[in-house]
Amino acid sequence: MLGFTIRRLLQAMIVMLVVALLSFTLFRFVGDPVNQMVGVDTSIADREALRERLGLNDPMPVQFWRFISNAVQLDFGTSYQFKQPVSDLFARRIPATLELSFMSAIFALAVGVPMGIYAGLNRESAISKLFLSLSLIGISLPTFFIGILLIFLFSVTLQWLPSFGRGDVVQIGSWWTTGLLTVSGLKALVLPSITLGLYQMTLIMRLIRAEMLEVIRTDYIKFARARGLPDRIVHFRHALKNTLVPVVTITGLQLGSIIAFATITETVFQWPGMGLMFLQAVQEVDIPIMAAYLMLTAFLFVAINFCVDILYFFIDPRLRVGR
Amino acid sequence: MTETSETPASKKAPSTMERLLDSDIFHAFLRSKVTIMAAAGTLILFLLAFLSPWIAPHDPFDLASLDVMNSYMPPAWIEGADPAFLLGTDDQGRDILSAIFYGMRISLIVGFCSVIFAALVGIGLGLIAGYMGGRIDALIMRVADVQLTFPAILIALLIDGAARGLFGSLDREVFSFWILIFSLSLSFWVQYARTVRGSTMVEKNKEYVQAARVIGIPSWIIMLRHILPNVTGPVMVIATINLALAIVTEATLSFLGVGMPITQPSLGTLISVGNDYLYSGEWWMAIFPGVALALLVLCVNLLGDWLRDALNPKLR
Repeated sequence: MLGFTIRRLLQAMIVMLVVALLSFTLFRFVGDPVNQMVGVDTSIADREALRERLGLNDPMPVQFWRFISNAVQLDFGTSYQFKQPVSDLFARRIPATLELSFMSAIFALAVGVPMGIYAGLNRESAISKLFLSLSLIGISLPTFFIGILLIFLFSVTLQWLPSFGRGDVVQIGSWWTTGLLTVSGLKALVLPSITLGLYQMTLIMRLIRAEMLEVIRTDYIKFARARGLPDRIVHFRHALKNTLVPVVTITGLQLGSIIAFATITETVFQWPGMGLMFLQAVQEVDIPIMAAYLMLTAFLFVAINFCVDILYFFIDPRLRVGR
Repeated sequence: MTETSETPASKKAPSTMERLLDSDIFHAFLRSKVTIMAAAGTLILFLLAFLSPWIAPHDPFDLASLDVMNSYMPPAWIEGADPAFLLGTDDQGRDILSAIFYGMRISLIVGFCSVIFAALVGIGLGLIAGYMGGRIDALIMRVADVQLTFPAILIALLIDGAARGLFGSLDREVFSFWILIFSLSLSFWVQYARTVRGSTMVEKNKEYVQAARVIGIPSWIIMLRHILPNVTGPVMVIATINLALAIVTEATLSFLGVGMPITQPSLGTLISVGNDYLYSGEWWMAIFPGVALALLVLCVNLLGDWLRDALNPKLR
């Protein structure tokens, strides 16, 4: 277990180093940082002074090392368009994105798991077939178009739910803001969470269905039935438990994609999170924000992958022996 | 002499078409009604898209034919519409139906180009990694692993942003097409590389490769002429599934405003433009291109799913 953890940690650090190198290259060679920071009328001497002050004349390894040590201290430089420290900009927007991602993950699990169990147990029923066809359509619809359809239906036509923004938010602590405590905040969360979670929901549903179909055919389920255990216990205590390993993997890995795909949902719903900021940075070629976003999502992905791997040990006892 | 030798030969070796009609795949195809419908749908949509200059009722890019008086027309079945514009018109008075045909053509061209480029890069690197092994293999596959941890859309966005920074001074109208294809193909090459590498590692230990090596054929000829034809089966499946993915990703990028410009609108651009008018009641401008996009992706996805199952020997 310890050896495995250390090995995975090392791999994770190598991935982060590669990503850091990429961000650094992006930051240093796409466009000239000095030109972005000063006005047109700045003299060449002033530019050179700034270049010297930023350390852009140092050897590359030195600059890369400085970039990494700054990044570890969450210093990603100053945004070209906002003229503010990138880390402050992110800190203000992270709560919105995390809340949205969290709610859509809950939506995906709370709806996808029961649907998957039902479709797996009642394979031939009409409702299961309906679920499957719906999930196929759900996978084929691009995320942004689902958002547009939901807005058109619930905001424009029925006028039940708001179509943009976070509603009223409540400040908790020094920097965290939450929309979970106000009615308008909760209402504003509904459509974006469904949009963002729909793809994951269909994925989880199909996965649980497939796993259930496979597990239900195995011998130990037959024996459990032969022992006269009620269906409820056979299905939930024996069968469902064994379908959970891949579900945990996929849910864990999908958490990263949810945060990444939040960019699209946030744009559709004008949700003030970091995805929206990243997109504006791409449009405006605001490299420090892009580089920071790349590092941040990479870190999230690597951390999630790592946790999922470690979780395996607790869920699947077979992995604990002989490693 | 030639006549007699030709006739039996043609009997023994039927033409490609006959072989296709008698193959397992074709029989499997006839058994699945959904697949036949998907294939028909794909064919119709492709025809509509690529024949758009000849069959579209209007030319949405012919500025002379546009009339501002025709703008914001609703679809033909709603009151106050002009029956000449079946699905209504946009803010410039363009016919939505024609814009969809032309947009679908751009979406498909971008999709096909990026699939082809991604396949070329992926197959090339996969062949090299699998055949050479050692450090080159490790390097290529680690890069692939790192890239695989990120969703393609994110990578495409980043490459797009970086490319804008590098070529920002150049003409956007011309370059956004190539930047788009470049970023899409760089996002999708990994799958090809992994698959081809796996099959190459199996193939390179077979006798025919060893024989080729013994008689001194250079490595690159062995890779291209001997191994490549034997590893292309799975590539076709990935390419079909990736086509749907590439179309969706292109539409998403265009919707986000970093894809095709408004002067050459793809389906995603059309939806993006229509989205601004959703609240003022002109819903047809966003919804119809979206439905066209969803239909296209659904048909291609169904075909890809079926192809994957049909070519998978385990499921026969």
